Amino acid sequence: MAQMNMIEAIRSAHDVMMERDSTVVVLGEDVGYFGGVFRCTDGLQRKFGEHRVIDAPIAEGGIVAAAIGMGVNGLRPVAEIQFADYIYPGFDQIVSELARIRYRSCGEFYSPVTIRTPCGGGIRGGQTHSQSPEGIFTHISGIKTVMPSNPYDAKGLLIAAIESDDPVVFFEPKRIYNGPFDGDPEKPGVSWASHPKGEVPDGYYTVPLGTAEIVSPGDELTIITYGTLVHVAIAAAQATGVDAEVIDVRTMAPLDVKTLADSVNKTGRCMVAHEATRFGGYGAELAATIQKECFYNLEAPIGRVAGWDTPYPHAFEWQYFPGLKRMSAGIRRVMEAE
Amino acid sequence: MIEKSRLQIPRPTARPGDEPDFSYLDLSPAGAVDKPAIGARTRDIEYLSSGLVRVLDDDHSAKGPWDPNLDPEQLQIALRWMMLNRVFDERMWQIQRQGRISFYMQALGEEAISIAQGMALRAGDMCFPSYRNQGLYMYRGMKLVDMMCQCLSNTRDMCKGRQLPIMYHSKDGNVFSISGNLATQVPHAVGWAMASAIKGEDHIAATWLGDGSTAEADFHHALTFAAVYQAPVILNVVNNQWAISTFQGTAGGQRRPFAARGLGLGIPGLRVDGNDFLAVYSATLWAADRARRGGGPTLIELVTYRGGAHSTSDDPSKYRPKDEWDKFPLGDPVERLKQHLISEQNWSDAKHEALEAELREEVMAAWKEAQKYGTMTEGPWLDPATMFDDVYAEVPTHLASQRRRLLEILDEE
Repeated sequence: MAQMNMIEAIRSAHDVMMERDSTVVVLGEDVGYFGGVFRCTDGLQRKFGEHRVIDAPIAEGGIVAAAIGMGVNGLRPVAEIQFADYIYPGFDQIVSELARIRYRSCGEFYSPVTIRTPCGGGIRGGQTHSQSPEGIFTHISGIKTVMPSNPYDAKGLLIAAIESDDPVVFFEPKRIYNGPFDGDPEKPGVSWASHPKGEVPDGYYTVPLGTAEIVSPGDELTIITYGTLVHVAIAAAQATGVDAEVIDVRTMAPLDVKTLADSVNKTGRCMVAHEATRFGGYGAELAATIQKECFYNLEAPIGRVAGWDTPYPHAFEWQYFPGLKRMSAGIRRVMEAE
Repeated sequence: MIEKSRLQIPRPTARPGDEPDFSYLDLSPAGAVDKPAIGARTRDIEYLSSGLVRVLDDDHSAKGPWDPNLDPEQLQIALRWMMLNRVFDERMWQIQRQGRISFYMQALGEEAISIAQGMALRAGDMCFPSYRNQGLYMYRGMKLVDMMCQCLSNTRDMCKGRQLPIMYHSKDGNVFSISGNLATQVPHAVGWAMASAIKGEDHIAATWLGDGSTAEADFHHALTFAAVYQAPVILNVVNNQWAISTFQGTAGGQRRPFAARGLGLGIPGLRVDGNDFLAVYSATLWAADRARRGGGPTLIELVTYRGGAHSTSDDPSKYRPKDEWDKFPLGDPVERLKQHLISEQNWSDAKHEALEAELREEVMAAWKEAQKYGTMTEGPWLDPATMFDDVYAEVPTHLASQRRRLLEILDEE
């Protein structure tokens, strides 16, 4: 076991997989010599060479497409898109190609690409470095969408993603790369050193795709969330004194419905939360799923906490970000409803 | 003098009712363009992107340094494949017109490209085709009956009813699955070629797209990645003059030839007579050898003409002169190879007619067989429950549940 932050855990996942499997290659902007703008691939090129850790031109569509071609030719590419906000030039290649090659060729061809990309706000990144587009990808059949909320899961899920024969879009909430964040920007930052999920095995292990995790058990309310807001939800439950069960979705698609539904059937109340904008968002799918699975056990309307339906505003980050206050208010609304 | 608008709207030289006019097409006499060494530097061979590599002359003789000197048997084989492609297309077109398949696209006038390039590449090389490369699938071993069953979406359909007609795939033949979104396959070919080099193999990749779709970003991504990493890949632009109703000038073909698109990145470009089997074969072999020996990518523009409608859903009489193909200066690829063989006493009109009849029978027999596996109106039918397979490597819970729901609904009916 070692103490790792999320960056180190992600780097370790690459390292472990590149050691184990010579077909694993990494490509992306600044990932090679420099080791990535967030340092997630630092040292890999020195260790595995320029043919396996490739600095790519600034063309996200090209990065995704080249990775697809490599995957069709027997490699297992891990492509980094430097910020999730930059993923859109590669969107057609992900949606029309990567997600469908297996389907349209009835399994004759497939491309096991993992696309990693840092997402989310809380880092003063403005509207081009703070977006949370993960919900868009959950709408696409044929890809799996993953977002870890801690170093242990980040490494285990990334290894599972790289090993998966299905394409995976792997979102990394960059606000918590260096430590958990409870949603209050006034408090000093904390590191992963004091968090149990900052304990990460050095070697190989996986966290299976498609499994949610109860990160904090409770009886009065189920909060379903993922990424940075897992930590905000735990803090808000403590702040409001509500005995909430917080569930980290981890794999957004395909979704572990059973873990979610069992919890809500037990607690009778549910709130869903994400940083991404509300309208047409992933929270709507969660709410609809819970409504179908748990309707007769629900004691209150399902609550939703989300980003406002605006672009991410640079100067109003903490008014936009669904932090401790909004999460706490959301909890109270669901608890007070009859 | 421009008075109001500073835009120049590209216009074709002829629209319906006009006299066809190909004066815009720069031609070189057969044999006139030099053939450089495989290792030539791009800057020294820029002339290849503006000239036109031709071997077959108007008198049907083979001329110049690009003559691949194939023996007559090989040329007869090539002619047979090109004729089969044409006969097959003709039959499938009629079948669509009879309402027995939903859609079709023919390669009329472009048959030399798939066949010559298919023959010039090695079996281990990977092809990333466009939708008018059916000849590649045929040449690389796909049975006619399988192609027909795909077009019928019947029980023997390789795509299990998931794809529009003509969107074949062949793992065994090393021909990729056709997408329908244009130019997306071009950067795939580059990635595939990069992987080949990473693995230390000497297989190369080849890909095809139309003049119109060179405007897509994917084409430019492909050029950049191919140039940056010197990937062993051949990027073929099939310039058949028309992208549905927009002529090649709308994609920028009037300014500079498509073959020159890679020069700024250091990718050599060859402008080739796409209706000249010998020239296409020879240019492809040159580019393939160059790629295999570490010389990196080559862009080949194949100048040809789309002899028919874009697809069965298209009516070209609405936007181009009806007799334009007749006036196309590079003629008909099948006719040109036929006349070349005849001029060398290796073929005859009688043999040609006999072969054509034989191919028609072969196609008819395949059609008869294909229908046994189901048609649009008669069974056997594909099992709709299979629509949930292959979305993922394993069927996830939510799709298993949706499949059960579908089966319940079908049972109720």
